[in-house]
Amino acid sequence: MNLGNAKDKVKALVLPLALLLAFEAWARASDLQSDSLAPPSAIITALAGAFADLSILAATRDTLFSAFTGLALGSMIGLAFGIAFGISDVLNRLMEVTIEAIRPIPSIALLPIALIALGFGYRMEILIVAFACVWPVLILSRAAVRGIEPRLIEVSRALRLPGAQRVWKIIIPAALPRIFVAFRLSAGIALIVAVTVEIAINPLGLGAGIMLAQQALRPDLMLAYLVWIGIIGYALNILLVVAQHRLFGRAALSGDSP
Amino acid sequence: MVVTAIRQEVTVSALPPQIAFADVTLDLGGRTIIENLSLGVRPGEFLCIVGASGCGKTTALRLAAGLYQPTSGKVNFDGQPMTHPRREIAIVFQDYGKALLPWRNAAGNVSLALEAAGMPAARRPARIEELLRTVGLPGHAGKYPTEMSGGMQQRLQIARCLAQEPKTLLMDEPFGALDAMTRQGLQDEVLALVAASGASVIFVTHDLDEAIYLGDRVVGLLPHPGRIGIELTVNLPRPRDQLSTRETPEFLRLRRQLFDFIKATES
Repeated sequence: MNLGNAKDKVKALVLPLALLLAFEAWARASDLQSDSLAPPSAIITALAGAFADLSILAATRDTLFSAFTGLALGSMIGLAFGIAFGISDVLNRLMEVTIEAIRPIPSIALLPIALIALGFGYRMEILIVAFACVWPVLILSRAAVRGIEPRLIEVSRALRLPGAQRVWKIIIPAALPRIFVAFRLSAGIALIVAVTVEIAINPLGLGAGIMLAQQALRPDLMLAYLVWIGIIGYALNILLVVAQHRLFGRAALSGDSP
Repeated sequence: MVVTAIRQEVTVSALPPQIAFADVTLDLGGRTIIENLSLGVRPGEFLCIVGASGCGKTTALRLAAGLYQPTSGKVNFDGQPMTHPRREIAIVFQDYGKALLPWRNAAGNVSLALEAAGMPAARRPARIEELLRTVGLPGHAGKYPTEMSGGMQQRLQIARCLAQEPKTLLMDEPFGALDAMTRQGLQDEVLALVAASGASVIFVTHDLDEAIYLGDRVVGLLPHPGRIGIELTVNLPRPRDQLSTRETPEFLRLRRQLFDFIKATES
């Protein structure tokens, strides 16, 4: 079984590697001169160079700091509202129109306002990331709380569990596996939005690094940043999937509470 | 002997009911589930409710628990209106698998009731161990509900209910999903536990034999909407025995009467 999996993985790598090699060969044969393309060997060299002068590490730190701070902030806000709306039908109905009106606003559309209010820098980027992260967590944790086994709610009522304990001891643990799925979703969004803000306007992090490389007519460095962002996103997802497995076992992957 | 027996009966009847339904009607979703139900359970009494499915047995139990409020009429506990669930009333649900917290082990599940009652953390472990021993689960404190058999899970739920030190125990077809041997064992254990604690019991079941075997009184409900159709007093001696009690002429007479009633409601 494991051997088969390993074989499959190797097989899955064959085609992309072959394409890269073909591209490399073509780029060398045709003596490629381009502002947007660079042969894989040049990209790897540029990536190594960016690591050597630490510029890409500083950029990574800036991007991840903004992304994670925004993710934490947005998730907490989304979780608090999601739980409150999941518990209280009245509150949910009162807020539904407001939520549905604000939610479709693309987070990046807040950029001009955030820029005026907060200027360039981390705070503006964090705010926009947080805005984007609120919604998946809010919507999914609301659904998770509503989907809690009604018997558990009856048990907590029959035991006369005080409100705060009911949330802390019944509702959050019961909804946690599905809330974590929402968090995973938001983590991906956080990275995308952070880089987007940096590309659009904020002179920080990996997105700004791409823009700088582009303006310096260095397609190899630009693509090196792109590859690196892909690696970070991939690693982040793997990390969270492993954490999810560890914390909640098989039940979590189907989105059900165990 | 006969005279004293009757006198005892009189004194028990003279006690004010612990849980009293007075002309209770409940509408849910535009349908009348229960209509003009009047019923009292005296302290220490074991009342069984039977009836065809859809007759509102479980709903009646939820009213007694304070989980539902009647549309009209009153449910009183110790003379006070039930406006919310109370800790003195514990409810054992049929679907033990859903009523236990899967992320807490046996000790943790019992602990929940003690935490709700505000017992200091230092005193909980001893009480938890005592309760688990009472229901026959000593040494299983660290097991999670998913690692337990159905019978063990139901024992665990009963332990959690006993942790509330209830004056009234409500049981909703607690043994309906268990096999016959486990069920008989648990029936006798519940009778012993109830006798020891002095709690009154409302026990909902669709198993007529079980109702007669356990109860001091059996109430049969008529369906659509739920209302009382028959009320039988069970004058079988206690402690009861799975074999000899079920063979007595009185048991068989009550059994026939109850079966005829259910048959009539279904036709």
